[in-house]
Amino acid sequence: MSSVLGILQAIPYEELLIQTLNGIVTGMILALIASGLTLIFGIMDVVNFAHGELFMFGAYMGVVVLAATGNFWLALVLATLIVALIGAALQITTLRPLLGRDPLTTILATFGISLVLQNYALWQFGPVARKIQEPFTGQFTLFYLEYPWYRILIAVLSAAIIGAFWLFLKYGTYGIWIRATTQDRVMAEAMGIPVRWVHTAVFAIGAGMAAASGVLFGPLVGVNHAMGVDWILKAFIVVVVGGMGSLGGSIAASIFISLLEAYASIWVSPAQAVIVSFVVLILTLLFRPTGLFVPTPK
Amino acid sequence: MSKRSATVYWTGFSVILALLIVAPLVLPEFWRRFVTEILIWGLLAMSSDILIGYTGMVSFGHSAFFGLGMYGAAAALLMVKPPNLWLAILYGLVGSAGIALFVAYFSTRLRDIYFAITTLIFSQIFYVIIFTWTEVTGGENGLSFRRPPLEFPGLFSVPFTSETLHWFVLAVVTASYLILRRITQSPFGMVLQSIRENEARTRAIGYAVERYKIVAVMLSGLFAGLAGVLYAIQNRFAAPDFVYFLVSGETVIFNVIGGIGTLVGPIVGAAFFLLLREAFSRFFTEFYLIPVGVIFIAMVIFMPQGLLGFMRRWLNQ
Amino acid sequence: MSPDPKPMEPLVAVEDVHTYYGKSHILHGVSLHVDRGEVVGLLGRNGVGKSTTLKTIMGLVHPNRGKVLLAGKPITSLPAHKLARLGIGYVPEDRRIFRLLTVMENLRTGLDRHGVTEARKQELLDKAFAYFPVLAERRNQAGGTLSGGEQQMLAIARAMMLEPKIILLDEPTEGLMPRMVWQIRQIIDVLHREGVAILLVEQNVPLTLEASQRIYIMEKGAVRHHCPASALKLGDPVIHQYLGV
Repeated sequence: MSSVLGILQAIPYEELLIQTLNGIVTGMILALIASGLTLIFGIMDVVNFAHGELFMFGAYMGVVVLAATGNFWLALVLATLIVALIGAALQITTLRPLLGRDPLTTILATFGISLVLQNYALWQFGPVARKIQEPFTGQFTLFYLEYPWYRILIAVLSAAIIGAFWLFLKYGTYGIWIRATTQDRVMAEAMGIPVRWVHTAVFAIGAGMAAASGVLFGPLVGVNHAMGVDWILKAFIVVVVGGMGSLGGSIAASIFISLLEAYASIWVSPAQAVIVSFVVLILTLLFRPTGLFVPTPK
Repeated sequence: MSKRSATVYWTGFSVILALLIVAPLVLPEFWRRFVTEILIWGLLAMSSDILIGYTGMVSFGHSAFFGLGMYGAAAALLMVKPPNLWLAILYGLVGSAGIALFVAYFSTRLRDIYFAITTLIFSQIFYVIIFTWTEVTGGENGLSFRRPPLEFPGLFSVPFTSETLHWFVLAVVTASYLILRRITQSPFGMVLQSIRENEARTRAIGYAVERYKIVAVMLSGLFAGLAGVLYAIQNRFAAPDFVYFLVSGETVIFNVIGGIGTLVGPIVGAAFFLLLREAFSRFFTEFYLIPVGVIFIAMVIFMPQGLLGFMRRWLNQ
Repeated sequence: MSPDPKPMEPLVAVEDVHTYYGKSHILHGVSLHVDRGEVVGLLGRNGVGKSTTLKTIMGLVHPNRGKVLLAGKPITSLPAHKLARLGIGYVPEDRRIFRLLTVMENLRTGLDRHGVTEARKQELLDKAFAYFPVLAERRNQAGGTLSGGEQQMLAIARAMMLEPKIILLDEPTEGLMPRMVWQIRQIIDVLHREGVAILLVEQNVPLTLEASQRIYIMEKGAVRHHCPASALKLGDPVIHQYLGV
């Protein structure tokens, strides 16, 4: 009996709570990034290697607009729009010509884009990390510890953006176009839907979502040219674990993996906590290769 | 291969081989090392071509194989005194083959894009392990060690010079090329190419496609590991940077630029890329990857058969 | 027999079209035309290129040689979505309804076009539900949950939402029960009465002969026979020669 009590007392409750919050916050950011990736893959079979760089570029645009206007919200909105436009331009120039060719070519092209974007950012902004100031500081007390309000804001906003997009997909006019094109591109064209432009729009939306994540996440870490690289890897893992092409799966997987990692970081260093996501991936591949959260394995 | 084209081929081969043998004697030190490096990266790219060009499996995992070869050699050279060349090669090959088996087991069940992403993720897993397991791998700083002498037990033992190292690397790479060439032209190689053309049909005929794929990955990993060993010997250090997926990405770039499915193409691609990088970095300092990246993208769109494919068509006209 | 020269240009004209799939030469110089409001039947064995002809007209496949004209204007290189908006409706073999969209959403893919008022959209929807009451019942169900016959209705209704001048029907009665086949027959008549032209590809010879004004018969990628439907009766040797029935 006393040993059970002993174990119960040894569980670090405050730490667990803090890490639960952290996990959810990180998970929502990851979900926002992974949603864009899944969307782009689901509709045009493109694995967007440059997605992490769109995240990074969004953060930098946030830095620039913030410096110019001093307004965080303006920075968020403008960065999203700017990167969405950049994404559209990239899709039109480099991905449209590759439509219909071997999917390998789009992986290579987006990989090339990621190299160019990373080095461009390095060239323009230099190697020193920039800072985005959060719109408000301030923490609330949770048991004996303090937790920053801003982090809660990140989670709420990310959820709001994803939710808004989901509503748009389900009920918006063009949402139907996107869903129809995802299911049957040829028939969508035969129904008068301009599929090429739907592809461009979806790529732009995905890019915008990545950019928004970048701006939101900016205040938590320094903004530098390599920040996208870790996220893209995690996003890929999430997309595979969640079931490729499944929006709901990516979101669930994002939160699941982020929570596990957050808990792991109580006992090991963050660099090693990353192993958690790898283990989840391996287990998924072994036992449920179509995705952990996909209902029936086909 | 017809009699005439065989003669042309072997003549060309001999000419190039001769040039490479002579190279260290006439080139200044910097370019000497440069050519040796081209050979090593060329070997890595060739190993990748087995998967991409012949079996039709795009892999981003080669940095893991390369890195394990490198670290394997490092282990041998650090743990066993006096440092032994052949032991280094052995350890490196065993290391990379082991990793290749592991990766192959998981990834070969997946098709196309999923396979590519999974190999990428796995190579990053190894990067993180190597980066964080500081006690064993030296973490961020890597490992440095002395170059082993070129020795044939019982015959002689002489330390490498810049020239002899180059010739050694040349010998290994040439031998690898010939072996790989033989393999791709063998019945096994034919099955691989059939898998690339139409996997379903190959399976329907009765071939155990998964097994062939696993062997292909292991073969590829073995030679990639060999490249890693050579690199370790040449540079006397092993660093996690080389296990980073960027290396895998560059390998794929070499393949595409040079022309996949040709074995020689990737070596040409490596040479082209490295020369381009050298040229651009003189003018653009560190940001050479911007113009090189743009050129790469343009080549993917407009010259998908790579340089070799382009030359072939140009010559045929 | 050669077609009679018409005073007005045909609605859709296909002139000497050659289409390839990769290296396979599927269409070897197909020529046919459909006038406004006409029902034209296209018969032939499996694999002769009937579906490919429809796809070529719809712009889903582009010919290597030859022309496709809509009301006299060349449309050969236009993409499919433009043709849908110009008034060509397509009902493919195996229906291809959007399985994860509801019946309503399937219909909406054809309704959301420029220049269509909300009132008109409602009119079109009401018309679709009037012709196909079963769709009205299932309007919020996912397309994939419908039976084969219901999916065929949905596919046709969906094409009708485009307010097309011509509908390309590819084997609409395939795999359907006789009662459904009868319903399809009624729909073809209704569309004809409304002035919508129809190019009907079918394996069901009697139905095609009944419903159409003119018949083309294809074999090995080209039109081999062409005559008014009235000139062909079941049992005619021509039918046996090209169709084996």
